[in-house]
Amino acid sequence: MSKSRLIGQAIPRQDAWAKVTGDLKYADDFSLPGMLYAKVCRSKHPAALLISVDISKAESLKGVRAVLTAKDVPRNETVTKFGQATDVRGGFEGLYRVLAEEGKKIRYIGEPIALVAAESEAIAEKAVELIEIQYELLPGVFDPEKAMKPGAYLVGEKNSNIVNEFGCITGDIDKGFKASEVIIQDRFEIPFIDHAYLEPEAGISWLDDYGTLNIRVSTQVIEHFRDVAEVLNLPHNKVRYIGTMIGGGFGGKEDITVESFIALLTLKTKKPVRLVYTREESLTTHCKKHGFIEKYKIGAMKNGKIVALEAHYIGNAGAYTYLTPWVGLYATVSASGPYKIPNVKIKTEMVLTNNIFASAFRGFGSNQANIGYESMMDELAKKLNMDPLEIRKINCMRTGDALSTTGQIIKTYIALPEAAEKAWEGLGEPTVLKDKNIKIGQGVAMGLMSYGRMTFLRDSSRCYVKLETDGSMILRSGIPDLGGGQISLLSQIAASELGVPIHKVKAFYTDSMLTPLAGTTTATRQTYMSGNAALKAAKIIRNNILNKAAEVLNVNPDQLDIISEKVVVKYDQSQYLALTEAIRVCNSSGIELFSEAQFNAPFTGIPDLTNIKGMTFPDFAFGAQAVEVAVDIETGVVKVLKIVSCYDVGKALNPTSVEGQMEGGSIQGLGYALTEDFSIKEGIPQTPSFTEYIIPTSLDSPDVKTIMIESGGGLGPYGAKGIGEPSFNNIVPAILNAIYDATGVRIHQIPATAERIIRSLKKENLK
Amino acid sequence: MEEYPLKITVNGKKINAMVYPEQSLLKFLRSKGFTEVKCGCEKGDCGICTVLMNGQTIKSCITLAIQANGKEILTAKSLEETEIGRKLQESFVNHGAIQCGFCTTGMLMAAKGYLDKKPVPDKEEIKKAISGILCRCTGYKKIIEAIYDVAVENYRMEGNGHV
Repeated sequence: MSKSRLIGQAIPRQDAWAKVTGDLKYADDFSLPGMLYAKVCRSKHPAALLISVDISKAESLKGVRAVLTAKDVPRNETVTKFGQATDVRGGFEGLYRVLAEEGKKIRYIGEPIALVAAESEAIAEKAVELIEIQYELLPGVFDPEKAMKPGAYLVGEKNSNIVNEFGCITGDIDKGFKASEVIIQDRFEIPFIDHAYLEPEAGISWLDDYGTLNIRVSTQVIEHFRDVAEVLNLPHNKVRYIGTMIGGGFGGKEDITVESFIALLTLKTKKPVRLVYTREESLTTHCKKHGFIEKYKIGAMKNGKIVALEAHYIGNAGAYTYLTPWVGLYATVSASGPYKIPNVKIKTEMVLTNNIFASAFRGFGSNQANIGYESMMDELAKKLNMDPLEIRKINCMRTGDALSTTGQIIKTYIALPEAAEKAWEGLGEPTVLKDKNIKIGQGVAMGLMSYGRMTFLRDSSRCYVKLETDGSMILRSGIPDLGGGQISLLSQIAASELGVPIHKVKAFYTDSMLTPLAGTTTATRQTYMSGNAALKAAKIIRNNILNKAAEVLNVNPDQLDIISEKVVVKYDQSQYLALTEAIRVCNSSGIELFSEAQFNAPFTGIPDLTNIKGMTFPDFAFGAQAVEVAVDIETGVVKVLKIVSCYDVGKALNPTSVEGQMEGGSIQGLGYALTEDFSIKEGIPQTPSFTEYIIPTSLDSPDVKTIMIESGGGLGPYGAKGIGEPSFNNIVPAILNAIYDATGVRIHQIPATAERIIRSLKKENLK
Repeated sequence: MEEYPLKITVNGKKINAMVYPEQSLLKFLRSKGFTEVKCGCEKGDCGICTVLMNGQTIKSCITLAIQANGKEILTAKSLEETEIGRKLQESFVNHGAIQCGFCTTGMLMAAKGYLDKKPVPDKEEIKKAISGILCRCTGYKKIIEAIYDVAVENYRMEGNGHV
């Protein structure tokens, strides 16, 4: 079959060569004649009333072309969106304030106050220093538990710091605990972490010959053209986004970054304007992954069967709402993990504080949930003196089961406990070391994570495919490529259906006006959504070709296939029509060899947020990770020796790309577990560079062993499931469980730094 | 502030320019169109701006342009001029050692610096050779394998036996 020619093949990505030669122009590699340089003037205080902004000195500096404040922004306050075509309402959209306004509160250090465009970067920097800002300092509130209390300092203009509350109730939680033979309780603290992509935020804007605003930017969401148009009070079709290849995003380039700023400056000066964040600016002013405080209580029978699970989450949303509501909902739905539990009660509160705002990050809220429930599973195993894998086997969902939180029945294959067993097996025998101070431990964790957006967002993706007269293919998609090979995959799918070799496909991509909108590269949705859109578009052309070729070859269309540029009769491949000939015949008969197709996800209504029930996601990916660590009990230093990552990927459309996600996700998780903490004290970021914010290097990273289960049961093309975010799940609790196995101490607050391990060991020894 | 004359060879091409003493080699190279040298932090933390200066890997963001006076700089654009460079590029492509690609040119130059020393192929040594460069996407495994394969091939071609 034609599919087997390209699907499942580890073909190199189409963008790979431009990346190794250095030819690829990322957002900050692109310049235009007469270009101005932008800088942002930001708040130096985390909580204050903005009294006045005096720009006169900055404006009079030679070489400065524009200085803008909130007064210059046509619509300074709109709502935050991330590509959805309609407002969901119900508290899901937050305030998007472009620049701080006089007479209103500043909410975090780094909040933008004014913008400068100048003839050089140095002049723009100097101008920023000349802007005089009067503040009235306010106390602020930095701890989410304090911010929730009545009478707490109010971060914003509303009369409560609580952004949203979510809940899930199944069965009767009180009865469940009464019936339980053992009950365990624990509390976990999870910090803010940073995406730490290597490419800082960057973009350039200019006006074309007709006054249309063009923005070339590194973004996961080109649909922000609408949001920028709203800010500028322009019709949507007067703002065009051209997305670049992204130098890493992980959710951090899902919200608007530089775009509104350069757009405003270009409209003011009529000049191209470029803005590139410094690393410090990037680290201290883009969103963070939500910090969580989690209280868990689990009741079980002595045979290991869990009868009740209660969880209370407090999420630190930072200063502005952004994607906080969605993250809270993800966490709530994921809170009982992949376990069958008859009595469940989940409560999630997302709270504003005067810290940098939190928003999207690979895994959304489900990693925080996963850290909690998978730590609890090992605690339960210990309490019952059972094997950690066994306790999971007793309680985990099997194919056909429903989530214990929402009751959503999973209609695809559930690769549990299979994935956990395979990951555990893959670890092999524990390493034996002679050093008495080094303790070896092994741990496992499993979980579920959605792929595709929440169904009440009513998601869709479009793709255009066309066959040229010489047999080459043109593909157009508005898909942003995060580095996961998103664009190349669409080419692979369409080429496979039409028997075109991959090198004859040219993809045009990520243009909000010229390529069909494919939706955001977020939520592990592109393989599923845009993959299906590309497949649908290609199939329409395929059918047109097969029907016409059948006439020529005098067979039925279903007796034909397209393989290696030939339309062949399946039972006798010596009978064929060259693809170029089929194209010629179609063109001369007026048969369309182009198609733009739309794929829609399942659509649902907005659930009752106090008790979320039914379908909230199209489907879930299931998997597990197993880890071996060596803990030095004298220094507390943890070294991860082995990682095995096992996932049901449905179908590995490009195995190299899937492995790449699984390897990269594991190592990003290693950082989350052991070193990464975007620490903020009284609103002041403590880790403004990679000297303080420590991500794994090659020396910290073991070779990740990947095991792919291909159940074929996914909702993506050819049965694929999404794996981008799921691959980042499980790894943190697997490491914590391995540390526990090695030392007998449970780490309740990540990252599991040497200091925390030593302190926990001392506490344990005093018992 | 006074500008100083700079004579520098980049990828075999001689360049004469005037530079401010505080200008970094990174900013100088990018201003001359060598945008294959990426800017990630300007503090020497991330290493993606790595180039070769007289055969040594250096971080161009914490090297002053004037320090490169009279020296030879090689960026990723030079790779296609050498067999090792071409092999490295091909190996990175075929191994899927590239995701977002933002660290790739720096990684390639560190790999080139390592291979130019004609080492006995050793994955631990490769890990050390690239340890100054951060990659957030790949987890490093495929990068290490890509370099290792070229190292093994080179080692054999130098007349050595199997590794």
